[in-house]
Amino acid sequence: MSIIEINSLTKVYNSLAVPVHALNGIDLSFEKGEFAAVVGPSGSGKTTLLNIVGGLDNSSSGKVTVDGINLENLSSSQLIDFRLRNIGFVFQAYNLIPVMTAMENVEFILQLQGKPKNERKERAEQLLTAVGLEERMHARPSKLSGGQQQRVAVARALASKPKFVLADEPTANLDSKSSENLLDIMEQLNKEENITFVFSTHDQRVVNKARRVVTIEDGKVKSDENKS
Amino acid sequence: MVIAIAWRNIWRNKLRSLVVIIAITLGIFAGVFSTAFMKGMVDQRIESAIENEVSHIQLHHPDFRQEDKLKQFIPEAGQKTDSLYEIEGIEAASNRLSSNCMITAAGTGSGVLLNGIHPEDESRVTNIHTKIVEGSYFEDIPKRIKPLVIGNDLADKLNVKIKSRIVVQFADVHGNPVSLGFRVTGIYNTDNSVFDKMHVFTRYQDLQSAMGVPEGAGHEIAVLLKDNELLEEVKTQTASLFKQQEVSSWKDISPELSYLNDVMGQYMYVIIVIILLALLFGIINTMLMAVLERVKELGMLMAIGMNRKRVFFMIMMESVFLAVTGGITGILAGYGITEIFGSTGIDLSIYAEGMAAMGWEPVVYPAVELETLAGVTGLVILTGIISAIYPALKALKLNPAESIRTE
Ligand SMILES: Nc1ncnc2c1ncn2[C@@H]1O[C@H](COP(=O)(O)OP(=O)(O)OP(=O)(O)O)[C@@H](O)[C@H]1O
Ligand SMILES: [Mg+2]
Repeated sequence: MSIIEINSLTKVYNSLAVPVHALNGIDLSFEKGEFAAVVGPSGSGKTTLLNIVGGLDNSSSGKVTVDGINLENLSSSQLIDFRLRNIGFVFQAYNLIPVMTAMENVEFILQLQGKPKNERKERAEQLLTAVGLEERMHARPSKLSGGQQQRVAVARALASKPKFVLADEPTANLDSKSSENLLDIMEQLNKEENITFVFSTHDQRVVNKARRVVTIEDGKVKSDENKS
Repeated sequence: MVIAIAWRNIWRNKLRSLVVIIAITLGIFAGVFSTAFMKGMVDQRIESAIENEVSHIQLHHPDFRQEDKLKQFIPEAGQKTDSLYEIEGIEAASNRLSSNCMITAAGTGSGVLLNGIHPEDESRVTNIHTKIVEGSYFEDIPKRIKPLVIGNDLADKLNVKIKSRIVVQFADVHGNPVSLGFRVTGIYNTDNSVFDKMHVFTRYQDLQSAMGVPEGAGHEIAVLLKDNELLEEVKTQTASLFKQQEVSSWKDISPELSYLNDVMGQYMYVIIVIILLALLFGIINTMLMAVLERVKELGMLMAIGMNRKRVFFMIMMESVFLAVTGGITGILAGYGITEIFGSTGIDLSIYAEGMAAMGWEPVVYPAVELETLAGVTGLVILTGIISAIYPALKALKLNPAESIRTE
């Protein structure tokens, strides 16, 4: 069974005078251990797709199942808990709590999960080391570079032992070197720990790292290439 | 951890938080100190009323208040006074004769309350002996003289001095008019000029036979307690021992003072609640700004799995921290200043004349009870919680997907 199953998914935004058809019937599935990029021109519906898969937004029609659970059946508070326990998020920006150190940011999600103090600390240290931040664990986000902040976000996303990580343009605010570095770390985690990553991007170099590339245009899947 | 985040969050915009905190500090300080000032005044008024005028407890004939008071005496009041000392908590007791009378000197007359006292007992119960400004309190009285100690305001009114002759007229127990000649031997001055105009004192033995009451009888036994806290307890105990007598506390005798005392307690809270109500809007405003400028961050927190309860709690804690930081500083400042002035006093002598007429003392010693401060702390916390509700609900309405969407 696929970890993510998307069937004839549509999304219409009604907030404006003219309804916007952001997704027009998406059929996709992602397997455990994938390292997949979602690409497409601006406005094609990448963010909308990832938000719905991540349980951050409702679909208009169609069905999304994550690990066998139909997201539509969850109440909004169940959805919050579902996200906490099953999905890791890396956003383009505003990922971290500015008043907390890198370490505390990673620990925070473990505390939300109710993990004991010593386990939190151990896991946070281990993950920050894995993303190459063992030296900067006690720095607050404002003292970290954009790339370092995104690496903390990846560590935080992994801390909760999610079923998969969704990253919406994680490198959009990074220079090419930091982008590459971040992708290398994600790739390494994918290979060594079999962590599933689904990320959207505009950056061709990031696309090149992906083993699977899903291209969407006008809210439809235009192509789906598996490179491996 | 949420608590730590909340605490650090309030220092993200130091200036804005400090402005609210200082406003709360000042508001609470003003509330605490002004009510401590009022309470100090009221406490002193009550204390001086107890010490100079009513004592803690009085015993009377049950009909003393209603009818021709002279006839309504307590038989063997002297012995009863002595036996009162056996009740624990009683500091001293004094037996008095008492009658309304007309006094005249050099053609001017005035209606006063004449008291026949045992000076030694009386000085253990009341403070009048310490308020003598001229002459003495029944010391070295020549044999054939009937001494009279009067208030300075009455002396001014009658235009009399030490040694002036004063005639006192009243009706004895049989209703026969009695006219007695006295000499002014002492003039006292309390802070209550109404009292000073109304009360004159002579010795028990100078009045007893003239009034026609039996030896040892008295109209009033005044009782001073070791502590006002014992009031109700001793009152009940005394009443059970002296069933024939009416036993009243200062609260029964001066209901207006008792009322003042009760009202003070409530007044404090009224003032504080008004102040907090005003501050409430300041905190709401600050918290709203704090929420609105953190929309993306709050969206992110909800996205990664921080549930509504925790988000609400975090925002509420921020608001409570703002309120409590300011509140505690204000309470400490108010308490500190109250303690300082509580020992040095605040001299209001410039306004003392008007105050003395109402029985207020010219130097005010502000006073506040720790219990009250605890109550204020509770109200401050409550204010923090209440002011968090609207901003927190605003935060909960955020849709994480919308909030995070970067333009
Ligand atoms: N809240 C909204 N209300 C109305 N329309 C929206 C809303 N969010 C997105 N849209 C529209 O839906 C379409 C898809 O947007 P989406 O953000 O998913 O695209 P995207 O592929 O992520 O674009 P980008 O590469 O610029 O991030 C766009 O036309 C966008 O304007
Ligand atoms: Mg997007």
